[in-house]
Amino acid sequence: MNSRRIFTRPARFAAIPPYVWMALFFLVPFGFVLKISLSHTAITQPPYTPLFDFTAGASAIANALAALSLDNFRLLISDNLYVFSYLRSLVVAGISTSILLLIGYPIAYGMARLPQRWQAVAMMLVIVPFWTSFLIRVYAWINILQHDGLLNRILLALHLVSAPVVWLSTDSAMYLGIVYSYLPFMILPLYATLTKMDPALEEAAADLGASPLRVFWLVTFPLSLPGVGAGVLLCFIPILGEFVIPDLLAGSNSLMIGQTLWLEFFTNRDWPVASAVATVLLILLLAPLLLYDRLQRRQLEA
Amino acid sequence: MARTRLSSFNIASLVLGLAFLYLPIVILVIYSFNASRLVTVWGGWSLRWYREFFNDAAMIKAAGMSLAVGATSATIATLLGTLAAVALSRGEGFRGRTLFSGMLYAPLVMPEVITGLSLLLLFVALNTERGFWTVTMAHTTLTMCFVSVVVQSRLVSLDRSLEEAAMDLGCDPARAFIAVTLPLILPAVAAGWMLAFTLSLDDLVIASFTTGPGSATLPIRIYSEVRLGVKPEINAICTLVIAVIAVVIIAASIASKLSSVRGESGAPI
Repeated sequence: MNSRRIFTRPARFAAIPPYVWMALFFLVPFGFVLKISLSHTAITQPPYTPLFDFTAGASAIANALAALSLDNFRLLISDNLYVFSYLRSLVVAGISTSILLLIGYPIAYGMARLPQRWQAVAMMLVIVPFWTSFLIRVYAWINILQHDGLLNRILLALHLVSAPVVWLSTDSAMYLGIVYSYLPFMILPLYATLTKMDPALEEAAADLGASPLRVFWLVTFPLSLPGVGAGVLLCFIPILGEFVIPDLLAGSNSLMIGQTLWLEFFTNRDWPVASAVATVLLILLLAPLLLYDRLQRRQLEA
Repeated sequence: MARTRLSSFNIASLVLGLAFLYLPIVILVIYSFNASRLVTVWGGWSLRWYREFFNDAAMIKAAGMSLAVGATSATIATLLGTLAAVALSRGEGFRGRTLFSGMLYAPLVMPEVITGLSLLLLFVALNTERGFWTVTMAHTTLTMCFVSVVVQSRLVSLDRSLEEAAMDLGCDPARAFIAVTLPLILPAVAAGWMLAFTLSLDDLVIASFTTGPGSATLPIRIYSEVRLGVKPEINAICTLVIAVIAVVIIAASIASKLSSVRGESGAPI
């Protein structure tokens, strides 16, 4: 037991390099986002004012501080474009996560019930598409869903439709893309929890006379809730800020917040507004992020 | 869980689920060999789109950039991520541990537009020239947590009596780690590297924010082409990327098989 204690001090020192890196490259940048969100846009390089020039003296810094304002945040609240964008993102993320849970749970359950040797194979099969490029997988769907693509050709050949259906640039295509891309994120935490479950509990419930449906609802599902929580958060949080999938698959009449941020930054070159959008998004995500952090810690350090 | 009988519903959900995951990729790969330019017409097998890709200097340059950024960022991320995993699994509680694990795992879920924007603003404030190194540092920040998750789950399940035996025999902790623990977790570390590599290879959003003129990565170029519509050359590029990733995955599974064989022949690990 004594030797275990000897390990802890050097192990803590090991934390220093990653700690410094993450503090510099993850935490500190958020300070910059906040600062820029309080600035004004300008046709300069970099495209915002005021600039904090630390060599110019204390009065210059005081002036710069005075020039900061909440104008960008007022814009976000007053302009419906941004409010609708946030709302749309919440709706899309909510619906997508529900679909993901409905589809992912049976798959994870089937995987957990496989014979031992097949489970490793099934896990590999689910992970491989995740390792395959995200962008490529979305593009693969564009291939299939386009006007003269495979899906329309099959539907026409089977006489299910009389003319090619417009699939791309619709919300359905976007949901399809989101569910397709995030499915492994839902399946894996669910599977991890379901495999750890003791089958004796389900057998006991069945022995006591419960139908398979009641066994699932009263025993299996409640016990799998940590996995459900992890999967839901692992999907909901990133989907909220998604850019690539709605940009490539959805229509252009209503944008998700990730698209709005991109537009403000790259097209309008308005860094302050983009930073304000990011700040508000972060505030919205604070509660789910903390919840996810707590779940993650419990799962990894159990 | 594995002992109960598979119902037909289970089998159906598995088969349908896996088909849903793989079908688009299979279709894409097949169409990359389509001799005809039109997706609607099958013109026979041909390698012309691959030839077009290899003649496309901008694409080749972007591919090279992606591979270089991927390898570099994966290596740094693996180093830092392994250190972090060691600290979290062996370090017990220490001051700032909650903040540390929170910071470490946040990029796992944080929307990439936020991470990308914040990193760019940092680089602008530091007056760093944007290009290869900014993208590499950004990708390292993103992928470090993935490496840490992989290595940490291996460290947590490792039998610590081996390390303790080494130290009882007189090793100091560092030596015990290098001589005993590291070889045992090496497959997990390698898997972490490969995961970081594929994630970097694939990233579009963060690379778009943090790249500079002349250092476009492959996803950036693919994305700008895809926005203009489906091009058969893209099918070929995507198939090549999938092939590279498949090789990496096969290498990863061979590495982990080798380690588990070694483990089984000796004491249970």
